[in-house]
Amino acid sequence: MSQSKTLFDKVWDAHVVETVPDGPQVIYIDKHLIHEVTSPQAFAELEARGLEVFRPNQILATADHNVPTLGQELPIRDELSRTQVQQLTENCEKNNIELYGLGHQYQGIVHIIAPELGITQPGMSIVCGDSHTSTHGAFGAIAFGIGTSQVAQVFASQCLLMNKPKSMRVSVNGKLNKDVQPKDVILYIISKVGTDSGTGYFCEYAGNVFEEMSMEGRMTVCNMSIEMGARGGMIAPDETTFEYVKDKTFAPKGEEWTEKIEYWKTLKSDSDAIFDKEFEFSAEDIRPMITYGTNPGMGISIDSKIPTAQNESEEKALKYMGLNAGQSTSDIKVNYVFIGSCTNARIEDFRSAATYVKGKQKAENIVAWLVPGSQKVAKQIYEEGLDKVFNDAGFQIRQPGCSACLAMNDDKIPEGEYCVSTSNRNFEGRQGQGARTLLASPLTAAKVAVEGRIPAFENLN
Amino acid sequence: MQKLVLIKSQAVPLPSENIDTDQIIPARFLKSISKEGFGENLFRDWRYNVHTNEPNPDFVLNNSKYSGEILVAGNNFGCGSSREHAAWSLTDYGFKVVVSSYFADIFKGNALNNGLLPVKVSEDYLKDLMETITQNPSTQITVDIEKQRISFNDKTESFELDSYKKICLINGYDDIDFLTSKKEAIQKFEQKTQRVYEQEL
Repeated sequence: MSQSKTLFDKVWDAHVVETVPDGPQVIYIDKHLIHEVTSPQAFAELEARGLEVFRPNQILATADHNVPTLGQELPIRDELSRTQVQQLTENCEKNNIELYGLGHQYQGIVHIIAPELGITQPGMSIVCGDSHTSTHGAFGAIAFGIGTSQVAQVFASQCLLMNKPKSMRVSVNGKLNKDVQPKDVILYIISKVGTDSGTGYFCEYAGNVFEEMSMEGRMTVCNMSIEMGARGGMIAPDETTFEYVKDKTFAPKGEEWTEKIEYWKTLKSDSDAIFDKEFEFSAEDIRPMITYGTNPGMGISIDSKIPTAQNESEEKALKYMGLNAGQSTSDIKVNYVFIGSCTNARIEDFRSAATYVKGKQKAENIVAWLVPGSQKVAKQIYEEGLDKVFNDAGFQIRQPGCSACLAMNDDKIPEGEYCVSTSNRNFEGRQGQGARTLLASPLTAAKVAVEGRIPAFENLN
Repeated sequence: MQKLVLIKSQAVPLPSENIDTDQIIPARFLKSISKEGFGENLFRDWRYNVHTNEPNPDFVLNNSKYSGEILVAGNNFGCGSSREHAAWSLTDYGFKVVVSSYFADIFKGNALNNGLLPVKVSEDYLKDLMETITQNPSTQITVDIEKQRISFNDKTESFELDSYKKICLINGYDDIDFLTSKKEAIQKFEQKTQRVYEQEL
């Protein structure tokens, strides 16, 4: 048997503590990220068993899922949300866990703050009670979402019991068309492979398109791996990765940095490594994308017509969305635009939106919310003067949090309304009861806000 | 965790595909800090009228013809968010088994960690089962965990179950018990691999 290994094999194998005969493996977790919504029951579980948190220094907490994005300096009005955030604070204090809560300079969406602080590093194993933990795979880490029982397991042992997933590779090569952003690339991939083809797999993204992408773009891509069912996504670390991590607050320094770089450089799939499943796409085929249904696989290029439903589930989706086959996307009466979420709330996303918006006005019918992914991103927006661009154009800049991506706070899209959103899920009711979500890139979202409808993209090269 | 060995029950048909965890339990109900009471809001926005909060008569859980400890659902059940609240809401409602032709990874793990058994069957078997229980709600389904078999009307299919997880389900054990018994091996591993613990040597 060949000794060739995939990137995933290399990182996974380096974290196996033990293999249970005829069973799962004990996998060591380097970093455990927690938030207010999926951790309280795990702390309670530990307490009920009289167990202590085993490695509190390897845990980082933040408040992001249910927090308001206006008036964060005030007490949270919603009683249940307030209780959850308070509970997190108490649990962290009691167990000596670092918390970047509301008001902290590092607070933000968990998948935005860990990379920007240098906590996320190549070769690590990272988990969080949130399915979009796959984001951190952009650094060549094994990162995946876990349930609350598993949060308790990691608290108790810094390990998880896992069966090793299979490996798949998605390669995209060629030259991307104008106005095609990383979000379009991943929406295109999911529209082609479907929402369940990654189930049971870890996905590596390869090809010049990902090699040439910024870290922000790679995070957008890996973030949505779960939307095709894959537990995680990975991109081999390279100079772009090292450059991004270098000098970050918690990045290795000095001698440790030199050692780490040597190791990180070995983290790539061997040239003859075999994947259980492979997909290949051409960059030239990808155009700016938008979803029209109620799962992220129901995506089309924005200049296409709404397709005919292929089965009962798609019929149900079209009905929920109030759309008809053959309809142009530009006819959809969009009244909301949301630029935010762990998929697209990094500084690069706001820069690309601002570059387009500069000197323009949002359309009258549009309510446009910009929700930075973290306090650091918010600070950058103000330092770079992007706030002026957006304010002048009539966009509203809010405070960091998950916000209208899952509408646990007050940031809800009203029933029946359409929202072009840079988030990751267009499920029924995801952005509020009866809300209709159309997923798109930050650039497309910005164009919708200005034009007041889904725009026609021209001048594709 | 409750033990699961043999389940004999009627089943509830829910043929939609790609049922995501946002449908199983919408995000606005995730604000509890305990595991109890989620069954009340299971499939909330399908089960109740959004405006009046009246039960929606077209939804299967509101149809008195259908009941039981087994939910039979369309392909790719449990996709989306990792919220374990989805598994809690199903068990709290009274389900012990979910049958589908495909389960999303995270949901599957969460279910098994809560004594809820995901039974993956072939597409043909699912179709047959779905039609049968829809037409004859009193059909009895048997799920035998020891033998890893599901049957109804003398039609039997076997399903996969990790042998470790099987022991857990039958005995009501969970992973925390196992992992905390491995502390020594874990600490040895840390000394080899984690810089901060290397210094403890």
